[in-house]
Amino acid sequence: MAVISNGTTIADAGAFSASLGSMVLIKTITISSGTGTISFVDGASSVVFDSTYPLYKVTYASVHHATDGSQLQIGFRDGSTDYDATKQSTSFTTYHQENDGESSSDRLNFSSGRLSNSTAFQNLHQSVGNDNDQCASGEILIFSPSNTTFVKHYLSRLDSCHDSNANMDSFIGGYVNVTAAIDAIQFKSSSGNIDSGIFKLYGIKDS
Amino acid sequence: MGLISNGSTLFDSGSLDASVATGSMTHIKTLTASDSSTLSFVNGASSVVLNNTYKEYVFKFYDIHPSHSGTRFQFNGSIDTGSNYNATKQTSMFIAANLEADTDTSLSYQPGDDLGNGTGFQDLAGFGNANDDNDASLSGTLQLFDIANSTFVKHFIARTNYMTTGPYPVDTFTGGYFNTTSALDAFQFKFTSNNIAAGTIKLYGVK
Repeated sequence: MAVISNGTTIADAGAFSASLGSMVLIKTITISSGTGTISFVDGASSVVFDSTYPLYKVTYASVHHATDGSQLQIGFRDGSTDYDATKQSTSFTTYHQENDGESSSDRLNFSSGRLSNSTAFQNLHQSVGNDNDQCASGEILIFSPSNTTFVKHYLSRLDSCHDSNANMDSFIGGYVNVTAAIDAIQFKSSSGNIDSGIFKLYGIKDS
Repeated sequence: MGLISNGSTLFDSGSLDASVATGSMTHIKTLTASDSSTLSFVNGASSVVLNNTYKEYVFKFYDIHPSHSGTRFQFNGSIDTGSNYNATKQTSMFIAANLEADTDTSLSYQPGDDLGNGTGFQDLAGFGNANDDNDASLSGTLQLFDIANSTFVKHFIARTNYMTTGPYPVDTFTGGYFNTTSALDAFQFKFTSNNIAAGTIKLYGVK
């Protein structure tokens, strides 16, 4: 049965015709105790990570690491059970200590987060602190993960509390250098657990 | 009354069915400047929500036009529902600029626009002062994460583009954190001096 109001079809064939918004929350994972990995796997736990959406976005808020000086990282799964898809990336940061201790020329730099056709996890920032009030928040965009012709691009921006008591605004851009579809992503700390944080996966519609 | 179309329940019992994908970005409030000294968004006032309802808030700036040149667009946060806009901030900023005459370019950190645990307003446009030519303005986005969290600092990231004297278009990237464990519940926008002659700021909450 269709619902038609004032000549406009609102719903038909089991779906709304009217726009209900283009950015859809798919899954929220809230971490409240020490956790080794956080995964979004297509088809598991209500997660969609396939050709349904051309663009996916993950936001991370107030991510607190157990280990001082560790990094939040992401890995991509391209057909096996491992999150080891090859990545090529660039990275730069701005950095500013709370005591203004560094020189201004040290405040904008290429960082060590870049990868060259590496299967290692991608660092999303450097050396976060684990003081009680220190954390990191930001987002990553992943474009067309199910495309089987092209590499898959990603863009991340994240502000974190550096362990030298500074804010670090980290910019990561790169691509997963495979033509296989990416069907899952995983976040983890480079050392130790993630003690708390909120991870949200969104799909962005193309129509 | 429920609505079932083609075997799919679209809504029932006063709400949409959980299987219906809806937008996750909710418009909360629009403020339009008219030679305004400040524009403020305060939780609980004028239908504004700035609390733990959303884990991410987004401000969008459209065509922010200063009443005079020689000023910079800024913002600050409050922990006392707008009685004072002086929350402590740790920030960094860099810019990319290109003179319209194509005779000068810049990619640089802006040490004069960052804050080292400062309580003053944070510039959202660096490098030069705003141009008040009739067609000059600023547009961009400010994202704030987990502002009601009472354990961690609160991170933000911003990107604006504006026309400075020269004229240059200046792409400005600002990141940082409110260095407080108190919840933030209000934000204010203004120029360093004089008024916001025109422009629109929209506040969204992201589920």
